[in-house]
Amino acid sequence: MDAEPVIDVQRLNVWFGKRHILHDVDFRVMPGEIRVIMGGSGSGKSTLLRHLLGLLKPRSGSVRILGTDIAAASSAEVLRLRRQMGVSFQGGALFTSMTVGENVALPLREHTDLDENTVRIMSRLKLEVVNLGGFQDLMPSQLSGGMVKRAALARAIVMDPKLLFFDEPSAGLDPVVSAELDELILQLRDAMRMSIIVVTHELESAFKIADTITVLDRGHILMTGPVAAVRASDNERIQDLLNRRPRKVEVDTDEYLRRLTEAEVD
Amino acid sequence: MALDAILKPINRLGRGTASALAELGYAGAILVESVYFALVGWRHGQPVRPAAIVEQMRQVGIDAIPIVLLLSFTVGLMLGIQFVSAFSEFNAESQVVMAVAKSVTREFGALITGILVAGRSGSAFAARIGSMNVSQEVDALYVIGIEPVRYLAAPALVAMLVMLPTLTVLANTAAIVGAALYCAPVLEVSPVVYIIQTLHALEMRDIWEGLSKSVVFAVIITLVGISTGFGVTGGAEGVGRATTRAVVLSITLLVVADMVFSFFLNR
Repeated sequence: MDAEPVIDVQRLNVWFGKRHILHDVDFRVMPGEIRVIMGGSGSGKSTLLRHLLGLLKPRSGSVRILGTDIAAASSAEVLRLRRQMGVSFQGGALFTSMTVGENVALPLREHTDLDENTVRIMSRLKLEVVNLGGFQDLMPSQLSGGMVKRAALARAIVMDPKLLFFDEPSAGLDPVVSAELDELILQLRDAMRMSIIVVTHELESAFKIADTITVLDRGHILMTGPVAAVRASDNERIQDLLNRRPRKVEVDTDEYLRRLTEAEVD
Repeated sequence: MALDAILKPINRLGRGTASALAELGYAGAILVESVYFALVGWRHGQPVRPAAIVEQMRQVGIDAIPIVLLLSFTVGLMLGIQFVSAFSEFNAESQVVMAVAKSVTREFGALITGILVAGRSGSAFAARIGSMNVSQEVDALYVIGIEPVRYLAAPALVAMLVMLPTLTVLANTAAIVGAALYCAPVLEVSPVVYIIQTLHALEMRDIWEGLSKSVVFAVIITLVGISTGFGVTGGAEGVGRATTRAVVLSITLLVVADMVFSFFLNR
């Protein structure tokens, strides 16, 4: 493919205090691709996502989104980027003081000069897309878990972004609703030609929607490749993940003793 | 081990100082950014919406009017009672008018309003922003391209800067009316005459002293509430802790600031 990558992360290293969270992460997503970032808890996938969203700035390595280096961008450039990105957070993160309709309309109200009628029609259209037509006047607290996720998705796509991020779409949802959400993600890519990044630990959903999968484990990228290649991988950690095997804990005796006896520092 | 016993408190003191300085810097940054967004934010696609300011003014100001009036009326009455009994010991009841007028306008009006608003709105800022922080709504604002300080802090700051002095003027009035109702019969004048005497006793600088304090209180309450809210970690329990902390810290700072102001303005 000769197109520019929409996301280009190079040699990203992240430390929280003494803990090395991400090790030399290289991560590239091409236009129109659905990329799933997979990994267990504590694998660093949320930290990687926060860097992709520009919520954390890289101290070492570079993160380029749609060709713009996040760390070096001016606030005007970041604002321009934000208008082309949509994010659906794990818990939805709908603004609880606003109705569903106002939530979806907020990006339009903030970033465009469209008149009130157009804003209303456009936000209702997006609610229809996620099968929430007619729910615009409810408050987020009146929605079920699956509806909150779909409303959050409607808000994420209301500006027709080039890049859509989805954090744990199936967390806390029953299998049927989560399968519907997967369908929705596929439809969105086909209808709107977005590049979509999904962070999940649900294997089934990952295999269904992904073009390519990046497997993250304890801050290292184990592999990036098409679904079939990941399934066929002979890497032991990947097979552990795929087959739900508990990981083998190797005990480093010196390290273990040091942790037990170490004086308090923080 | 003996060395440890000495080093530990020093260590703790150092960490405490560093974190207090960091918090002060953070609050200062919020202040600077809020003022920046309020003045020129619209030029950079980050306008502070008048509708948001008006809504905040309603919440921190208009909704607080009944309780501010009630409380300051009562405090005025109480001051009247105390001053009458104190001054009557050396037959100086006529000085009550002056004493009430000055202590209310310079001190009590602003202080009572400040404490009340810290309890009502300082805690509300911390709770609202804290729970938004916990549920990733603050992150959502960022990724939508809305600066949280512009959206959450700037309207609150502007509203407080307008409403706290306004409430203070109302509190002054209610307190003096309260004092008048008790003192006028004692001084054998009508309440209207008492209030006219009060107006004669007052100088502009008495009013300004109270109002300038209320402006400082507005900044303290807003910044403490908001910076505490943005700093929330640890879920619902964290929000509860932040709310308590915002109220206690802002009332403490408020009283200290009041004392410092009174010291320098009355030398």
